[in-house]
Amino acid sequence: MFIYPTNSLILSDLVERFGHNPLAIMSKIREKITTIGVDSPPLNITPKEPEMGLKYAAVEVPAGVRGRMALVGPLIDDAEAAIIVRDATIAFGCMGCARTNELTKFLVRKKDIPILEVEYPDSDEDGQEFVYRIADFLKSLPTGADTQ
Amino acid sequence: MMTDELQNEDTITKIVVISSDSILPADAAMRVYESETSITIKETCFGTMVTGPQDVVERVVEELRSLDRNHIFVKERGFSPGDERRCRASRGGGPRPGFHFLREEVNMLPMIGSALDAYDAHVPLEKKGGRTEKLGISTLMNIIESEL
Repeated sequence: MFIYPTNSLILSDLVERFGHNPLAIMSKIREKITTIGVDSPPLNITPKEPEMGLKYAAVEVPAGVRGRMALVGPLIDDAEAAIIVRDATIAFGCMGCARTNELTKFLVRKKDIPILEVEYPDSDEDGQEFVYRIADFLKSLPTGADTQ
Repeated sequence: MMTDELQNEDTITKIVVISSDSILPADAAMRVYESETSITIKETCFGTMVTGPQDVVERVVEELRSLDRNHIFVKERGFSPGDERRCRASRGGGPRPGFHFLREEVNMLPMIGSALDAYDAHVPLEKKGGRTEKLGISTLMNIIESEL
């Protein structure tokens, strides 16, 4: 289950809570920083990342977008369903790049998978609707245990 | 050199955010201390971080979640606690990257927790007439003029 914002605590928790595997950026970051590299410590970000991003964005797209897509893109490739939170203004901050966010959502929507689009709640009623819609969506999909 | 400090690839870190009226982060930490010795935990202002071998961390996190299932939230973290690349002790203070996003979501957790309680209790979703929209400029101008 792909989630957007890709580092969301709430989405990651809800997806796991209802028996699915969240495809979140944190696992990719862990993979990146724990793989021993000699080229570009401390974060192991090398010129390879913008090159890998060429699979998802054209060459004239800034290297920052392509570099980020090197992490986000494979998650989208692996996704069998997705939950997108629309107008997630907090996703433009520590995640850092509005264009990457747009491209991420575009690529997910272009993929032929079940997608749920919701908005972050700002009241108890909205919160209830947010959780109910996500829970019903997750329960409507087969889990890994069902398919085995 | 940073590569010497790279964590083992099988080691994962999970952030456990506690938004409960009955459980304190210290209670959760004590529970972890009692249950496992092969993991490291760090108490934080929003809960705890648990680091260790993947299977042990998942077992401990599940145990923690069972303390107050709908009010304890979990997500993975790429960096381990105290990692020099993220820890503010070695970065001259200030919030660490990613903190603002987490704080925004932590503010929503009471709403999400009560919605999960309602979902478990099969409380029907209250239908409402859509999201509250912001006041439009023309409407505001009409109001101002009508006051005159």
